[in-house]
Amino acid sequence: MDEPKKNSETFWRTPLDYKEIKKRKGEVTIIEDLCKGCGFCIEFCPTESLERSDKLNSKGYHPPVFNPENCTGCGFCERVCPEFAIIAEKIEVEVK
Amino acid sequence: MGTKTREKIEHPLSKWIREERWPHIWCSGCGLGIAMSSFLYALEELKIDPKDIAIISGIGCTGRIAGYIRVDSYHTTHGRPIPFAIGLKIAKPEMKIVVFSGDGDIIAIGGNHFIHAARRNMDLIVICVNNFNYGMTGGQFGPTTPYKAKTTTTPYGNFEFPFNLPYLAASAGATFVARWTVLHAYNLRQSIKKALQRDGFSFIEVISPCPTGFGRPNKIGEGLDEMKYYKEKSVVKNGIDPKDAELSFHGGNIIVGEFVEIEKPSYMQILKESISQIKEG
Repeated sequence: MDEPKKNSETFWRTPLDYKEIKKRKGEVTIIEDLCKGCGFCIEFCPTESLERSDKLNSKGYHPPVFNPENCTGCGFCERVCPEFAIIAEKIEVEVK
Repeated sequence: MGTKTREKIEHPLSKWIREERWPHIWCSGCGLGIAMSSFLYALEELKIDPKDIAIISGIGCTGRIAGYIRVDSYHTTHGRPIPFAIGLKIAKPEMKIVVFSGDGDIIAIGGNHFIHAARRNMDLIVICVNNFNYGMTGGQFGPTTPYKAKTTTTPYGNFEFPFNLPYLAASAGATFVARWTVLHAYNLRQSIKKALQRDGFSFIEVISPCPTGFGRPNKIGEGLDEMKYYKEKSVVKNGIDPKDAELSFHGGNIIVGEFVEIEKPSYMQILKESISQIKEG
C-alpha cells in the first residue's frame, strides 16, 4: 500500500498504527455431503457470502457455495448450520 | 474454492459427536442440530471434561441427542428422563446432569416429574426443545400446540390453550428460566453456559422449527420460512415476569430472553447438610 497523502486534510486522520492493523477475513469450508439444503446459512449470513448453487451432493440437495470477498469470519454460518456441515475459520490479512 | 471433502477436514465439535451414528436423522430445516451445536459449543468453551457430564433424554426426535453426543448418556423411557436424572444426580453428585428432551417428553407425558423436580430445586439443567407437536410420531397435537394451530389430529384447529413453559417452570420453583429460538444461537449458548455454572433447577426452552409436523399443516412453509418468522417476530425482553412471555403464531410476538435468575438452596445442598447434621446428632 502507498503512503497516504499527507496534506492538511488527511494528515491527522491517518491512524498511527495503520501498518499494524490487519483485516479480519473468514475462510468457510463446506462439507458438501452432509448438507441437507435447508438454506439457513445462505439466509442469515450478514455479508451474503454464501450462495445457492446448482450442483448436487450425494443426498440430492444443493449445497451452498462460498464467496470469500466480503466474509468477515463472524462464524454465524457455522453456528446456524443444523448439520455440522460448515467450518468457519478466522484469518487475518494485511490491509490493502 | 472453499470446499473440501469430509476426510480432509474436521469440524471443531467432532470430538463431541459419535461419528459412527452420523449424519443425524433430523429433517432438512429442523432446528435440533442448532440446539445441539449450541450446547456443544457451551461445553467446549467452558472446557468441561466429558467425564464430568451426563446427558439424559427421553423418546422423540430431540431424544436422539443423547445418542449423538460422545459423553455418558442415557436414552430413557417416554417422559421419564427427569426421574432417571434425579437418581443419577443423587448417586453421582459431582457430575453435571443435563436433561435434553422435547416438549412432548418433558411437558406432556413427563409433566408431573418436571414440576416436582422444579419444586425441589433439583440440581439439573433441563433443556426442552419445543416444536409445538409430536414430531416423530407424525405431528399430533400436544400441550404446547398453539390455539387454533392445525396438526394431523386437530385438522380444524386446536381447541385447547397451550402451556407457557417459562411461566410453568418459574411458578413451580425453577431458579433459572430462559427461552430462546434456535435462531438466537449465540444467546442460547450463553444461557446454557450460565446454567452449567450454577446449582439448582435451570430450565431453558428452545423454540425450534418443525417443517414436517408443524410448518406444513399450518402453511408456514419450510424450516427457513419458520426461521424468518422468528427473526421478524421475536423480541428480546430479559428479566420480565414469565407470565407476560407470550408465544404467538397468530400476529403476536415471540418473547425471548432470560426471565428468572434467583438464588435458593438447591436439593443437593440441603440433602448434604441434613445428612451431616443427622450423623452428628
